[in-house]
Amino acid sequence: MNQIAPIFKKEFFGYFRSPVGYVILAVFHIVLIGLAIFAGYYESNQASLDTIWTFLPWTFLIFIPATGMRLWSEEKRSGSIELLFTLPIPTVSAVLGKFLAAWAFIGIALALTFSLALTTSYLGNPDWGIIFSGYFGSVLMAAAYLSISSVCSAMTKNQVIAFVISVLICVLVTLFGSQILLTIFENIASPGLLDFLGNFSFLNHFQTMTRGLIELSAVSFFVVLTIAFLGINVIVLEN
Amino acid sequence: MVFVDNIVKDYGDLRAVDGVSFEVKKGDILGFLGPNGAGKSTTMKMIAGYLSPTAGTASVAGFDVQKDPMEAKRRIGYLPESSPAYPEMTVAEFLTYVAETRGYRTQDEIHDRLANVIIKCHLQTVQNQAIETLSKGYRQRVGVAQAILHDPPVLILDEPTDGLDPNQKHEVRNLIKTMAEEKAIILSTHILEEVEAICNRIIVIDQGKVRVNETPEEFKTRLPGSSIDEIFREITNSKAYA
Repeated sequence: MNQIAPIFKKEFFGYFRSPVGYVILAVFHIVLIGLAIFAGYYESNQASLDTIWTFLPWTFLIFIPATGMRLWSEEKRSGSIELLFTLPIPTVSAVLGKFLAAWAFIGIALALTFSLALTTSYLGNPDWGIIFSGYFGSVLMAAAYLSISSVCSAMTKNQVIAFVISVLICVLVTLFGSQILLTIFENIASPGLLDFLGNFSFLNHFQTMTRGLIELSAVSFFVVLTIAFLGINVIVLEN
Repeated sequence: MVFVDNIVKDYGDLRAVDGVSFEVKKGDILGFLGPNGAGKSTTMKMIAGYLSPTAGTASVAGFDVQKDPMEAKRRIGYLPESSPAYPEMTVAEFLTYVAETRGYRTQDEIHDRLANVIIKCHLQTVQNQAIETLSKGYRQRVGVAQAILHDPPVLILDEPTDGLDPNQKHEVRNLIKTMAEEKAIILSTHILEEVEAICNRIIVIDQGKVRVNETPEEFKTRLPGSSIDEIFREITNSKAYA
């Protein structure tokens, strides 16, 4: 387990060794805040971050696969994976080190959006409990999206393929519970099946937290999903 | 120090390595020869613990590379073919990363190890340069530096002098020779004179099988009067067309 630290360090600072990390952070920030303001952050006259939470899953859909796509495919393409796995590093430590580094990077991106929370508290009197439970939910949801991206990245040496496939999977798991999917399938699938699929929806679980409810079911959903995908990640690499 | 027993590697229907066995003792420099695709790199990758063998075993300093991979890997310094590294890292950053994964954690220890290999591999002038900006020769030396950083008892070097100019080749060979006393070294190469210059044992591998396992002197008596090049061609060609 003490082999996680060197991997984390290398991977985390790796985001800032090239302009890529800064570009991803800037684009994420501008897009998310832009969407929130465009969607009526000021007009709604509410001291809340609801407009951010509405768009966060959709922004994550692109941002997190972009963050996670390089984790493994880059090592495979350049051949450095051979070096990595001939160093005395257990696969689990390598997977966790990389995952935590990318998660911390996403954490920075989320922390930057806190500027809007500060604006909100300047303009009004927001409920900080709801804001923090929203952030807590965002961090958990990010972990789940990221674990999916990490698996996709481990399956190919092509970053673009890793990106596209993980966006597709992320779109699917997000849409599971959305109105869009329900309208498409309401005539085909039984309501029972749709309800069942809704249980796996990122949107549903995330939305409860943006309303200030930290439910055990939502937390465990994201945590279990993340652990499961990281487990798959280890298996994919070891084969 | 290194035991390889009847090791086999299949890629689907293709048998890349077909029952290779040999032993390397402390003080030995084993030269691994063979045409491209003969199974040299695959065999080295299996000993280094990157690929798992289909059958057979390999052990390093008494540790089975399959059953006890972490202990075996700690005792190996491995230079992969074409020496991959992380292009955007500087030489010092990269070596620090390797030192940390090798278990050196205090600043002093890391600094010590780095200073040692940077001098040995003549990297002083480029230590703060990004690896992607380095020439092939420097990159190769960074790869060697990374492999010898923790002073391992076993060194596995896949074409260590590939891409170096004649002076650099000479230097790397000298470096390998000076380390040989304390270590068991396996190196693969296409340069046959290199084997003559530094190895005390030759293994010729062709189509996944060991064709020759003897000292350079014995090897040369196979066809008296001819060069190692000619003997190599003789051995690897006759089998291919037999």
